[in-house]
Amino acid sequence: MIAAAQSAPEVFEQTFLLTRAKILEIAATLDRLDRAESAESVRSDPRFRQIQQGLEILLSDGFHRAAQVQELFSDRYDPNWMKKYLTTGERPILSPSVPH
Amino acid sequence: MYYIEPHIHMVSRVTDDYERIARMGCVAVSEPAFWAGFDRGSVDGFRDYFRQLTEFEPKRAGWSGIQHYTWLCINAKEAENVELSREVIKMIPEFINNKGVLGVGEIGLNKNTKNESIIFQEHVQLAMELDELILIHTPHLQDKLKGTRMIIDMLMSDRRVQPERVLIDHVEEHTVGLAKEEGFWCAMTLYPITKCTPSRAADIIEAYGDDRIMVNSAGDWGPSNPIAVPDFIQELRRRGHPESKIKKIVYDNPLEFFRQCKRFEFTPPDTLADNSEIAEPQKA
Ligand SMILES: [Zn+2]
Repeated sequence: MIAAAQSAPEVFEQTFLLTRAKILEIAATLDRLDRAESAESVRSDPRFRQIQQGLEILLSDGFHRAAQVQELFSDRYDPNWMKKYLTTGERPILSPSVPH
Repeated sequence: MYYIEPHIHMVSRVTDDYERIARMGCVAVSEPAFWAGFDRGSVDGFRDYFRQLTEFEPKRAGWSGIQHYTWLCINAKEAENVELSREVIKMIPEFINNKGVLGVGEIGLNKNTKNESIIFQEHVQLAMELDELILIHTPHLQDKLKGTRMIIDMLMSDRRVQPERVLIDHVEEHTVGLAKEEGFWCAMTLYPITKCTPSRAADIIEAYGDDRIMVNSAGDWGPSNPIAVPDFIQELRRRGHPESKIKKIVYDNPLEFFRQCKRFEFTPPDTLADNSEIAEPQKA
């Protein structure tokens, strides 16, 4: 890890207004959703739950909030995918040095 | 500051963009083969595209004094058509030794399907046979994490693959560690909405270091900014990072990766002005 070139107070000064603006943007978006017709149907959309979970991650501590938000919005990975996809005879013929 | 744009689809951009990036300090671009905005109907469509990438684009880049490099493949989106993909892969050797070709790319996954995985492995097979570098596209949004893991699984299951000869592109906070841990090169794409912003890319550099990593604009058909790399340079400067470190990411690193290609020839911008000096050794 390379040390950030700036101190925390410097970073905070430079980003305070931007962060405030982004929080306002999210707040206004949620208000707009609630104001609109059929707001209930959105609340039951699994993506809405993701947004709520994303906001919870922002309130947590640590250095990895961005990665955690990314993971929240990611499809699940199955470590056995290769067996399911590539063992049906369609796998290309690889050189003998390659373990199959 | 001079910089290299290691991933941009100039066929989708106008000549003015070459001129603009040249004025911002860009001295070379690398253009991976990709989707044309529509699925091509035949292998001849790709043959014409490869001619455009290896003949016309270097010329057009040259009008603005930019050196043009390219990569060849059938992209993951069209790889769903296995039959057509195999015809294209068979044709790649016709073009691979052309001047400016850096290797096989950008291959990868799009929707993480079985067909995409099969064609990905066949491209890797070709690259291994021809001893070529590989440039990899990782999927967008919710498919990215799963797709990046699948790609790394396929690469790691082939013992011939040397990670330092492979670049995994479009990494973000949740995938950069996966690529770097296994020794691959990686790149961050600066897109207005769907990928990294200059400030998040700078954060990733601060968290993961400046080795084996580069940044690009991946300018293409969608909303993208061909001068995103200068925005990143500006962000690092604003944070007080030294010029030498910035240059490493936007200039030295792409060169270090590309130099592994046996055909790679590059004229540094500082020597461009004095043509007599460059010409002399060739005459001798
Ligand atoms: Zn691309």
